[in-house]
Amino acid sequence: MRLLYFAWVKEKTGIGAEDIELPATVSTIADLMSWLKTRGPEFEHAFARGEVIRAAIDQTHVRHDARICGAREIAFFPPVTGG
Amino acid sequence: MIKVQQEDFDVGAEIAALKAGRTDIGAVVAFLGTFRDQAGTVTALTVEHYPGVTEREPEHIEAEAQARWPLQASLIVHRVGTLRPSDNIVLVLTASEHRQAAFAAADFLMDYLKTRAPFWKRESGPSGSTWVEANAGDDAASARWSEVKKAAE
Repeated sequence: MRLLYFAWVKEKTGIGAEDIELPATVSTIADLMSWLKTRGPEFEHAFARGEVIRAAIDQTHVRHDARICGAREIAFFPPVTGG
Repeated sequence: MIKVQQEDFDVGAEIAALKAGRTDIGAVVAFLGTFRDQAGTVTALTVEHYPGVTEREPEHIEAEAQARWPLQASLIVHRVGTLRPSDNIVLVLTASEHRQAAFAAADFLMDYLKTRAPFWKRESGPSGSTWVEANAGDDAASARWSEVKKAAE
């Protein structure tokens, strides 16, 4: 599965994209965020304010309770500030 | 149509392209967003985006705008990369037979860009650099369109 990070989430994790194998226990976006936080201080820091982080599965915005089964690409990013 | 690009754009040329070959357009509204230095505290603006999504998702929003108002054409141009004070950031063009639809649709498209399109801005200045925080006023501005829609139903 490909994970993408944008803006301050990317800055805090230190990477923009990675391909990883997830444990079978990770079934929702919220599970994935909890699991990512266990991967080291950078990830713990990046996902500390998890409630404000937005997620997209295969380029479509989803809620944190969305199931990730079958996803090819999951992105995490802060609230948008374009325009 | 949306264009996401690093290079600057020419507002007059974009309007001319939108109108080219058409004799039915009676009103074109252009919104141009530019980079302000906030009294010298911001000297550079870096715009990041989610490639693939920023080019594709706005097409649904433009389709929604066309369903709400009698629009004849629309265009969004959003720059990414590092910008300097007074640089152009974003252009929204809407065309209709009459001005009301063009004004309303341009406002609607800007509210979408502010609240839902995956772009992020980072401001840099003499005291360091910070990611721009999302603005609650933008969310409220965007929410009024669903109220307008509900009221119309």
